[in-house]
Amino acid sequence: MSEKQEISRRTFLNYALMGTGGFLAAGMITPMIRFAIDPMLKAAGGGDKVAVGSVDEFGPEPKSVSFKVHTKDGWYETESTLTAWITKDANGEILALSPICKHLGCTVNWNGSPDFPNEYFCPCHFGRYSAKGEHILGTPPMASLDEYETEVKDGKLYLGQIKPNPRPGVSG
Amino acid sequence: MIQKMYDWVDERLNITPMWRDLADHEVPEHVNPAHHFSAFVYCFGGLTFFITVIQILSGMFLTMYYVPDIINAYESVNYLQNQVAFGTIVRGMHHWGASLVIVMMFLHTLRVFFTGSYKKPREMNWVVGMLIFFVMLGLGFTGYLLPWDNKAYFATKVGMQIADTVPIIGPYAKTLLQGGSIVGAQTLARFFAIHVFFLPAALLALLGGHFIMIRAQGISGPL
Repeated sequence: MSEKQEISRRTFLNYALMGTGGFLAAGMITPMIRFAIDPMLKAAGGGDKVAVGSVDEFGPEPKSVSFKVHTKDGWYETESTLTAWITKDANGEILALSPICKHLGCTVNWNGSPDFPNEYFCPCHFGRYSAKGEHILGTPPMASLDEYETEVKDGKLYLGQIKPNPRPGVSG
Repeated sequence: MIQKMYDWVDERLNITPMWRDLADHEVPEHVNPAHHFSAFVYCFGGLTFFITVIQILSGMFLTMYYVPDIINAYESVNYLQNQVAFGTIVRGMHHWGASLVIVMMFLHTLRVFFTGSYKKPREMNWVVGMLIFFVMLGLGFTGYLLPWDNKAYFATKVGMQIADTVPIIGPYAKTLLQGGSIVGAQTLARFFAIHVFFLPAALLALLGGHFIMIRAQGISGPL
């Protein structure tokens, strides 16, 4: 009997008050926290792939296409125009390169310089890339041109998100 | 664990007297509803403060999504209410709390008036309380415009016309409040600044004064 832990009236009231107060505070603050962290818990919008034309249009020679993507940023929706350089090799393998130079972000062009035929050329600092987007060693870029995710459906080519180009640099 | 952390801080900063000064004081019998149920009327001041805390917290969270711009304001409110988790709840807290805080404050004022608590030596606290009242009305007026829907727009237009009727300074007050000649982009930006920076700062300062005075003077005696 004497081993029994008595809790005093004061301790009991303290716990009861803290419990009730904590419950009220949690009821208040939980919705606000959930509200604030919502962007983190929302499924990332993968974005739809955009059709840029028939597969037959593309060959070994890079061809530039412009296409519009619909971007939804919370309550703000916008259309932005993107460009891709697209090639199809002998195996039917499609490569869609982003024209943004990996050096400082200028726009590269296929055969952009008469001095460097069959290469992508960046006019800003003379960065160069091969037909596969591989950066040419000894020129400013330190990585190969990014590529778009591609998908062929019913003979049409669709482009998706930009992803890094895994190809290493080559010596020109 | 918590006790140990508390002791560690207390040993260095001696915070226990602070708690005693802030909260550990006796509630006189005549304001304790456990003794006289009618004493619940003494709760309205505390309830006003409680709702004010909710308003400040929910308002802080709402500004994470809200933008005070005539193109995007309505869309951002629409987004935070319908697309963000618990948006309805958080905006609802701010929306309903805004009305409730005025009601509670009014009841608190009535209690102070009918118990004669504003009399000497508490006249200054009455005056500060009145200033709080007007700051709260200002918060309600400026906050009403922010969703930038039809109700907000026309309510503010009416408010501007009321300001305009004041003799001599009316037209100046109207232009100052509007930030221009119409209720528009500049009005929205201005009301947002007043609603989230100027008036809350004034409110916190006044509340500080209100509470320091009540602690210094104590609750007024029984009728």
